[in-house]
Amino acid sequence: MQYIWLIPLLPGLGAAINGLVGIRSFSRKTAGYLACTMMVAALGLALVAFVQLLGLPAESRAFDVTLAQWIPVIPQQMHDGSYGHFEVTWGFRLDPLSGMMLLVVTGIGTLIHIYSTAYMADEPRGGFARFFCYLNLFCFFMLMLVLGNNFLVMFVGWEGVGLCSYLLIGYWYEKKSASDAGKKAFITNRVGDWGFVLGVFLIYSVFGTFDFRAVQNAAATMPVETAHFGILSAICILLFVGATGKSAQIPLYVWLPDAMEGPTPVSALIHAATMVTAGVYMVGRNAVLFSHAPMVMQIVAIVGVLTALMAASIGLVQYDIKRVLAYSTVSQLGYMFTAMGVGAFSAGAFHLMTHAFFKALLFLGSGSVIHAMGGEQDMRRMGALKKYLPVTFVTMFVGTLAIAGIPPFSGFFSKDEILAQAFAHNKAIWVLAVITAFMTAFYMYRLIAMTFFGAYRGPAWEHAAAHAHPADAKLAAAHGAPHPADPHAHGHAAQQDHEVSHGIADAHAAHDDHGGGGHGHGPWHGPHESPRPMTIPLMALAVGAVVAGFVGIPKAILPSGSAIEHFLEPSFTAERVVESNAGLQARRESEPAGRREEAAEAEGEQEHELSTGVEWGLMGFSVLVAIGGILLARTFYQTNPEISERLAERFAGAHRTLSNKYYVDELYNGTVISGTMASGRGLWAFDRNVVDGAVNGSSWLTRFGAWLSGLTDRALVDGAVNFIGRLIQESSYWFRRVQTGLVQNYALLMLFGVFAFVSIYLFVR
Amino acid sequence: MITPTHYMMLSAALFIIGVAGVMMRRNIIIIFMSIELILNAVNINLVAYSSQQQNAVGQVFAIFVIAVAAAEAAVGLGIILAFYRNKETVNIDEMNLMRW
Repeated sequence: MQYIWLIPLLPGLGAAINGLVGIRSFSRKTAGYLACTMMVAALGLALVAFVQLLGLPAESRAFDVTLAQWIPVIPQQMHDGSYGHFEVTWGFRLDPLSGMMLLVVTGIGTLIHIYSTAYMADEPRGGFARFFCYLNLFCFFMLMLVLGNNFLVMFVGWEGVGLCSYLLIGYWYEKKSASDAGKKAFITNRVGDWGFVLGVFLIYSVFGTFDFRAVQNAAATMPVETAHFGILSAICILLFVGATGKSAQIPLYVWLPDAMEGPTPVSALIHAATMVTAGVYMVGRNAVLFSHAPMVMQIVAIVGVLTALMAASIGLVQYDIKRVLAYSTVSQLGYMFTAMGVGAFSAGAFHLMTHAFFKALLFLGSGSVIHAMGGEQDMRRMGALKKYLPVTFVTMFVGTLAIAGIPPFSGFFSKDEILAQAFAHNKAIWVLAVITAFMTAFYMYRLIAMTFFGAYRGPAWEHAAAHAHPADAKLAAAHGAPHPADPHAHGHAAQQDHEVSHGIADAHAAHDDHGGGGHGHGPWHGPHESPRPMTIPLMALAVGAVVAGFVGIPKAILPSGSAIEHFLEPSFTAERVVESNAGLQARRESEPAGRREEAAEAEGEQEHELSTGVEWGLMGFSVLVAIGGILLARTFYQTNPEISERLAERFAGAHRTLSNKYYVDELYNGTVISGTMASGRGLWAFDRNVVDGAVNGSSWLTRFGAWLSGLTDRALVDGAVNFIGRLIQESSYWFRRVQTGLVQNYALLMLFGVFAFVSIYLFVR
Repeated sequence: MITPTHYMMLSAALFIIGVAGVMMRRNIIIIFMSIELILNAVNINLVAYSSQQQNAVGQVFAIFVIAVAAAEAAVGLGIILAFYRNKETVNIDEMNLMRW
């Protein structure tokens, strides 16, 4: 399949067209269709490529395509003294891991594109095209990241998705909080990227190549750094810093909850399903490196599980429906890193995939709820939406069961796999992960209970005949599409005193050119089910959230063992390296015959096989925990809502701490941010006083020198010239008196002269 | 007996008178005449020494001087005439166009 390079380029093309032409002149329909077509085409290609990949024998499942040369061939001395050459290409590689990611990105990306055509329908025309341009651009970069076969191509994607994340979080850029959130995400990511870039530099200086395969193969021949913190550990910790930024782990997770300022499809695509998993993907891509640095693995596991626990506990008390999901995402990403850290790479990647399905589903569901509520995001103003939003309710409920880990939904299999591996690796991590699982079940059911059950707590609406309206809407539509630049900015939001408001609300207020479809509503007519382009992706994702787990049914249930684990395994192990000098040839060396030994050696010390009995026991226990969490949340928020209030009052301190997210933002503000600002101000003062001072001083010196030289010129040179002139003038003033003009004077002088000469002649001689 | 000394004294006297005339008189015609006196004082000298030394060169010189003096008188009188036509005066004190 030599056309895999087309998969990223198609959305890239869509972004280019929409960006260059669409924003100015495409109608909503054209822009939406263009973006969706590109994604569908990419999805089709990805499916074809994936099927072809499956058709290959398990050991050699990989396609390598080099699109073009990037950095031309440079001869260089290798680290072991031999001579080789170095080149970087725009190379793409499809192997099991990237194949899985490819399907996730194109599949969920396509669904979210379709969803967005309806969700964003109330945006002004240019903004609509801009949104789809960004969305396509994001898919382009994400696919580059996933498909790149070396660190540099991955880095292009890595930075590109960061850029798109920034653009899309700040999509409603007139809103201060949105543009601030975009900046926060970008800057926080920058800290992580700094680590990532340093890690890549170190990889280059150690291995002399950027190619993933070559690096993994070379690393496989190096000793495992069990006891000391060596060069591989340094590389891994730096790469992990990059992963913490991109994947929102402690200490760089703060941007993700704020990123919810972006439109909800963006949160679903970027901040739940794809971009934030890039860090997990990157760790998985470098599994061999990481498994050679057990100390870093330990750090990864600890950071992962702590993030999971912390984010889950914050999620317990949030009221903004999207923020609950955001903290849930952070928490689930923590799970993935826990899995990576305990050496269960395929379990982590498996959870990545299932999480992509159910979290995208939950986010899109929350978008549907927000849409239904006319922009309301506070769960305290919702309730009893079950009867208004049946499809959304059912699909979100499926998502909740999946994330809580109820069998047979997908989350159960992946989370159970992680818990089992954590149990085998480290009991303390397992305990924390189980607590997190309990919290996950609790806050997710809390979300469902507050949103869909109980009494309706939202604003009242007029029972106006919604059908009187389409005529008006059509009339307005006939008046031409261009939306005057949002004159009704946030009026609706202010009127309803929303805690969080965004463009949806505004658009609903003045809406109108949305046109027929029976969906038009000037004033808000109460909660209503979303249009079909939104519900169909929900249903598709719900199916995914149910069935995605079946590829990873564990050995305890199915004797053949987890299918996805076998499928992904080649991506996490090095090929057998014939020459010790890895170089570039190793990449083309696609004979993985004796791979197993290395795999065993790499993962041997972490792979503790669990007996089937223990595995069943763990499974049962985690299901019990999940059901316990759900039942507790049901008691607190559905059957006896007053209990939760009483508890919140009873433990007011803890509640406040959690509501304020452990004051981490305040801590960062007080230390890092104000420190940076202070040092910036200090540097500015240094700049102004010392640097500018030096410049000004030198200019002063020059001027002084010039003044001195001018003085010399005037006084000495001009002085000499003037002096001579003056001398001549003065002397001639005296001597010209000789010229009396009287002939007899001259004659007298002549006489005296003659007399004098004669006297001299006579006497001096 | 008339000795060269007498001639010398006559010549010196004429010369002094001539110089004094050139120096002191204001009328340019008279100054001119005084110059003639000086030239003739020189001529007396030349002729006297020529006769005393029995050498004719002195005579020849005297004749030369007379010829030159005649030419000089002609040119000088011409200048004076031209001057007089312009200035209506022959006072030498007013001939001071060249002063500073």
